[in-house]
Amino acid sequence: MTFLTVVYALLFYVATGVLLFGLGYKIRLYWKTPQPLKIPTTPAPVTTGGVVLRMLKEVTVFASLFKGNKWTWLFGWTFHAALLVVLLRHLRYFQEPVWEWVRLIQPFGKYAAFAMLGGLVGLWARRFLVDRVRYISAPSDHLMLALLLGIGISGASMTFVAHADIVSLKAFFLGLMRFDWQPLPADPLLLIHLLLVATLMIVFPFSKLLHAPGVFFSPTRNQVDNPRERRHIAPWAEELERKERQQAAAG
Amino acid sequence: MAEFDIPELKEYPIVPHIKPGAMEHSKPFVAKPEFQEPLGYPGELVDNWQQVAIEKLGELKGKYRSLQVFLDACVKCGACTDKCHYYLGTADPKNMPVARQDLLRKVYRRYYTFAGKYFPKLVGAVDLTREVLDDWYAYYHQCSQCRRCSVYCPYGIDTAEISMAAREIMDSIGLGQKYCNEIIGKVFKIGNNLGLPEPALADTLEGLEEEVYEDTGVKVRYPLDEEGAEILLVTPSADFFAEPHVDGLIGYGKVFHEAGVSWTLSSYASEAANFGMFIGSYENMRRVALRIREAAIKLGVKRIVFGECGHAWRVAYSFLNTLAGPFDFLDPNYPVPQHICEFTYDLIQQGRLKFDKSENDHMVLTFHDSCNVARASRMGNFPGGQFVIPREIIKATCNHFYDMDDWGIKEATFCCGGGGGLLTDDLMEIRIKGALPRMEALKDVVENYGVTHMAAICAICKSQFTKVLPYYGFTMDQIVSVHQLVSNAIILTRGKDEPGDEADTAEAA
Ligand code: HEM
Ligand code: HEM
Ligand code: SF4
Ligand code: SF4
Repeated sequence: MTFLTVVYALLFYVATGVLLFGLGYKIRLYWKTPQPLKIPTTPAPVTTGGVVLRMLKEVTVFASLFKGNKWTWLFGWTFHAALLVVLLRHLRYFQEPVWEWVRLIQPFGKYAAFAMLGGLVGLWARRFLVDRVRYISAPSDHLMLALLLGIGISGASMTFVAHADIVSLKAFFLGLMRFDWQPLPADPLLLIHLLLVATLMIVFPFSKLLHAPGVFFSPTRNQVDNPRERRHIAPWAEELERKERQQAAAG
Repeated sequence: MAEFDIPELKEYPIVPHIKPGAMEHSKPFVAKPEFQEPLGYPGELVDNWQQVAIEKLGELKGKYRSLQVFLDACVKCGACTDKCHYYLGTADPKNMPVARQDLLRKVYRRYYTFAGKYFPKLVGAVDLTREVLDDWYAYYHQCSQCRRCSVYCPYGIDTAEISMAAREIMDSIGLGQKYCNEIIGKVFKIGNNLGLPEPALADTLEGLEEEVYEDTGVKVRYPLDEEGAEILLVTPSADFFAEPHVDGLIGYGKVFHEAGVSWTLSSYASEAANFGMFIGSYENMRRVALRIREAAIKLGVKRIVFGECGHAWRVAYSFLNTLAGPFDFLDPNYPVPQHICEFTYDLIQQGRLKFDKSENDHMVLTFHDSCNVARASRMGNFPGGQFVIPREIIKATCNHFYDMDDWGIKEATFCCGGGGGLLTDDLMEIRIKGALPRMEALKDVVENYGVTHMAAICAICKSQFTKVLPYYGFTMDQIVSVHQLVSNAIILTRGKDEPGDEADTAEAA
């Protein structure tokens, strides 16, 4: 067992732990925090089915962003769609046997890397070229794009330039999952790729990447427009009313 | 006319380049202790204000999921940056919705997130200093809580929610805004924003009855505090005397007259407005709302109808059931509450109102969608009814109606510039500049379709336009109430003993 293997093995355990616990904590927090008032941005759906549809439109085609800014939508949607394809293609490293559809998307799926990189470059360009977007960008906003570009470029280099030893890599990750460690191939591109990926996983629950779970909890998008039909009330507001009634009864 | 430049009207809103600090000086008067204390806030800035503010922020994010999620989720994509009328009118980058949110978010990050505690520079987190507080006071009072930004944000982040939270935090450290807090105090003490006491109200309504009788020869009633009436009408107090508001009130009365239902106003709840929403205070908003419930119980009414007012309709439609419900003592056959436009529209649908549209032929109309009606509430039983119903009423009562361009109506509507607690003279500059996009949209229909008047269903919009239209080369009387149009065109049914004016009325069968 090389030192490198041990470091990366531990790194990925830590990264996975941080990602899962961090996200779990945040999702629990969003879940538990009440929304005292009905605030859907109207016109809003008047049924739960309608809300599901509205949410689906937001997460699949970024409907609101499309209304908001066509360039950002184009780059942003391209990036996310490509990211999804890339991640699905990556499933093969973590399963044995590999699902049929994951096998099927391999040959053309790899070109998604270019779409992903193109989208990221477009998004980053906006942060420099549009004065309004430049103004609102903090260093972390640039770094996040740099990180993703780094992951994309190192990954694509392996796919299109210098192939990595996929068989050993897969053995390493399956080994991690089965707690039966296998050696990690010492390929520089791969090591960079994996280091950056682990960084992304660790950063995820502490950063604006919380937009991914956040969108599902956004009251302006996930509430049904039915305040007149159904009384909506938060537990802390009920408590307030109860105390008031007690006071009134007492004095 | 003013000591600042009035923006020039273009064909459509042009997104300006940023001018940092352009509106830093815009700050409303601070509330004096006597306006703070009745609302449950400290009289003036407390000594340990930083600590109190940070704790308050912690409390609020635990009570409002909106705040917690919105503070975390923004990716700084920039889609909202050119959506705010105050940015378009002033070019101050802190009037970009995301930058406005960031004023609070950077403090949230500093005290409540791992990244902000240990890497503040990296994520743009800062300590809560006096400069930050000054920025809060300036820029959270340059947001009319119109929610236009929330339409375009991929996560629906609503800057209005952030502004409300920030104002609640400022109130709780003793830094309140005079205009809002003074008005809420008046509602608690006297019953309405204007501080109009019961006798004055009774007088005004009597005057209205006489005026309408003289005009039409029909005895239309404007009752106050009549127990046992079927409907309680709650309307903004501006409706009691100001132009063009009062013409709307006259219209409501005529509609009720034709519907043949008994109705009444209440001197106890003589105000539809609820500024508790503007300052983000659940408690104060609730206290104001409860007056309506109490009035409805005391008068023994069966239905509640609201007059033309934007934010009041938001509180009524979206929040009233939450704040002051359940309304199980009212007639379950009608929604609680109803908008006067819903009421009138239903009658039109049933063919129970007759109009002589030519009475409005001296006007060519357009319609200003008020933000709180458009993006924070609904009318009727289908999504978007709030756009259809007022327009159908206008079309039923007027021959000439043209909509403004799509970029400035319906869910994309631009604020009048005076909403959200900014309708005060000490904020005149931001009000005028914020009206720019609406004025551009209006100019377009004036030039292309010969539009002469803009109708609205909000007391704040009407007051704001009365004031700012002249700055842009229009006249103050170009803003009208929707029920003013109804009032002009409606053909009243004449009772046996009412001689009437043949042109205006029809004989009762
Ligand atoms: C439910 C899943 C997700 C949804 C609906 C979603 C949606 C969006 C939207 C609408 C934007 C704004 C437009 C843009 O700038 O691209 C955005 C930005 C972004 N997303 Fe996501 N996203 C999701 C998951 C992810 C994940 C898993 C990642 C990271 C690995 C990610 C990374 C980013 C980044 C870095 C930005 C900011 C881009 C910039 O700097 O301009 N997103 N996301
Ligand atoms: C533990 C997780 C990951 C492992 C083991 C991994 C490994 C690899 C390997 C071995 C390749 C080369 C594929 C080939 O030669 O055909 C690759 C490519 C790539 N990786 Fe990753 N990667 C991981 C996570 C990620 C993540 C999270 C992203 C995106 C944010 C990403 C983005 C890419 C891209 C864009 C490519 C090139 C296109 C492709 O082959 O699909 N990788 N990755
Ligand atoms: S709510 Fe309206 S006024 Fe406030 S930031 Fe958003 S667009 Fe501007
Ligand atoms: S549109 Fe939403 S996510 Fe994008 S910068 Fe504005 S507030 Fe943030």
